[in-house]
Amino acid sequence: MSLFEIIGGLFIVLGSIFLFLGGLGIFRMPDVYNRLQAGTKATTLGAMSVIFGVGIIQLENDWTWLLKAMIILIFIAFSNPISSHALARAMCKGKAYPFIKSKDKDINAYKEFIDNQKMEEE
Amino acid sequence: MQNLTLTNKLSNFIVNWVFLMLVWIAFTSSFATHELIVGALTTMVISYLSIRLFTCCTILIFCPVKIMYMIWYLVVFLIALINSNLDVARRVLSPALPINPGIVKFKTKLTTNYSKMVLANSITLTPGTLTVDVVDDTFYVHWIDVKTTNPEEAYTEIAERFEKILLKIF
Repeated sequence: MSLFEIIGGLFIVLGSIFLFLGGLGIFRMPDVYNRLQAGTKATTLGAMSVIFGVGIIQLENDWTWLLKAMIILIFIAFSNPISSHALARAMCKGKAYPFIKSKDKDINAYKEFIDNQKMEEE
Repeated sequence: MQNLTLTNKLSNFIVNWVFLMLVWIAFTSSFATHELIVGALTTMVISYLSIRLFTCCTILIFCPVKIMYMIWYLVVFLIALINSNLDVARRVLSPALPINPGIVKFKTKLTTNYSKMVLANSITLTPGTLTVDVVDDTFYVHWIDVKTTNPEEAYTEIAERFEKILLKIF
């Protein structure tokens, strides 16, 4: 085993641990927003780490792999939060209000906005 | 359609060229010389034609201070990304599931659309927060562990460290 294989393998193992934690988070969290939180963050770093690791393993045969991996990383870093934002916004407009643990009623600021918009439309 | 100065045009042209060239490399997935030459020519023509269309990068890339701030932003962002993953791991693995979720709002000082997009994306990838919607200059953010519902305090907690740098870039 070469040095590149060991370092790349470490990155892949780390990424797969994060992906596993993301899956566990989707399983354990109570509502759609919290699931999105766990899903987005863990899968972004997890996928980035795995792809970067693949680029490093191939470094001794073909250095262009790392460059292509970096391009994929940039696209993941941009597209992942946008997709989760779109899902969260759609759920809010669809009136899936978040699971609220505390007694504080003020905690959903977005509800007022939707109500105001509805009143203006009517 | 706004009037652009020559420096703005040139910086738009170069940024578009570099970005389109990256897309070209990603899709052809080859570093052969003839591929690169054809790609460079094609993307040069396209980016020349689209100077006035893609005005997202009115960042003057000839200003080295802004480039330094962009690199510094990247460092801050990567640290926040790793922190947020450790945070999610801590919450998921602890048996009591320590969450107190809710949606808070705050106002931003940023004016251009693209800087708001970058800020929203960064907020999504930082510990415990997820951007739900951006209306004009108001951000609605889902917070996994609400510490305060006051807009100003939420702003200092969530957005200030990114916005300080973004205000200097855009």
